[in-house]
Amino acid sequence: MINPLRSEAEAFRFLIASIVYFGAIVIAALINKWAGVAVFVLLSALVVAWWLRARREERPRQTVPRPHAEGERRILVVANETVAGHTLRSMILERSLDVREEVLVVTPALNSPLKHWVSDEDDARAAAQERLDTSLAKLADAGVVARGEVGDGDPLQAMEDALRTFGADEIIISTHPEGRSNWLERGVVEKARERFAVPITHVVVDLEREREEVR
Amino acid sequence: MAVHAEAHHHGPPVAHQSSRVNASVLGMLLFIASEIMLFGAFFTAYFFVRVVNGIPWPPAPFELPKFVAGVNTAILVTSSFTMHWALQSIKRGNRAGLQGGLLLTFLMGLVFLLTQAREYSRVGFAPHNGAFGTIFYCLTGLHGAHVFVGLSILLFMTIRAFRGHFSPEAHHGVEIGGIYWHFVDVMWIVVYSTVYLI
Repeated sequence: MINPLRSEAEAFRFLIASIVYFGAIVIAALINKWAGVAVFVLLSALVVAWWLRARREERPRQTVPRPHAEGERRILVVANETVAGHTLRSMILERSLDVREEVLVVTPALNSPLKHWVSDEDDARAAAQERLDTSLAKLADAGVVARGEVGDGDPLQAMEDALRTFGADEIIISTHPEGRSNWLERGVVEKARERFAVPITHVVVDLEREREEVR
Repeated sequence: MAVHAEAHHHGPPVAHQSSRVNASVLGMLLFIASEIMLFGAFFTAYFFVRVVNGIPWPPAPFELPKFVAGVNTAILVTSSFTMHWALQSIKRGNRAGLQGGLLLTFLMGLVFLLTQAREYSRVGFAPHNGAFGTIFYCLTGLHGAHVFVGLSILLFMTIRAFRGHFSPEAHHGVEIGGIYWHFVDVMWIVVYSTVYLI
């Protein structure tokens, strides 16, 4: 988000802008009361327009994963409750052929916005831990060596956190099908491709039909 | 086949560092929000008295010391420039610039506060002289309190600068104090424009 007071230099520029803004309003108001109102409205509209434009153009930072040892393939799997199914498991196994693979499964601790802001996340993390245990058990049954972590409630933030400590060569995002996936509705996959400098594979897992599809 | 799941944690949850809102950004936003609410309450009262009640501002026979307040404004705005110079100096490793900049900023802030106190004694009305007097003293007094806090911060920064603290790599204390000082200046620009000039 745009915060004009992140540093002293930015606060100083904000002060200069304030002097210009209020100076123009005062000069116009001293000439004519309604001219002052007009300048106030005009300048305020310009400030809002600039702010909206700057906000739209602000690009997310690209996170590069931490480097790791040669001859090792690290796969980051991000899933809420859909780490299941044959395609996902065979995909992981296929990518680890002839190399030593390390798989990290991250399950975001999904929480309500209110609970997030008041830092009431114990229940969310406990529930995420249960889902993670189930996912790891399923992967273990399929012969996939994996470890797991409970991540931030925001899947993008959870991925960024994991990339900082786990040098992933690839991210696999597992979601429900369109129409039933909150992550797809929020454009999590597209945003992740924009934000992270690693290949991202999207796996759709339809737990109801046990049908899987790779995009 | 090995599964290394995170061990179940007993006791308080593990400290969770990540958040959708960066801690320093959240802190600054909360600070700004609290200040907007604080000043906003007084400005609401000011606009209510002036616009809704429609009383002349200032009501006769009182006069606002526009010229002295204007000179005071120039002093305070100049102090922001010296503050900026101080920080830029230490970023370039110029300790004399840091010390001079902070000392000048402190002195100009002190002059502003003393001039304002002097004007209070000469202005010819008191807080109990109707809504006008109350709001004038509340708004300028609230700002004066912020200047006092800023001067206290500046005093410690200046002492530290003369004791050899801060470097081109480590000057966070000056940075934070500078942000606060510029904020105090911005609030004065708002107060001076609305209460004294318009």
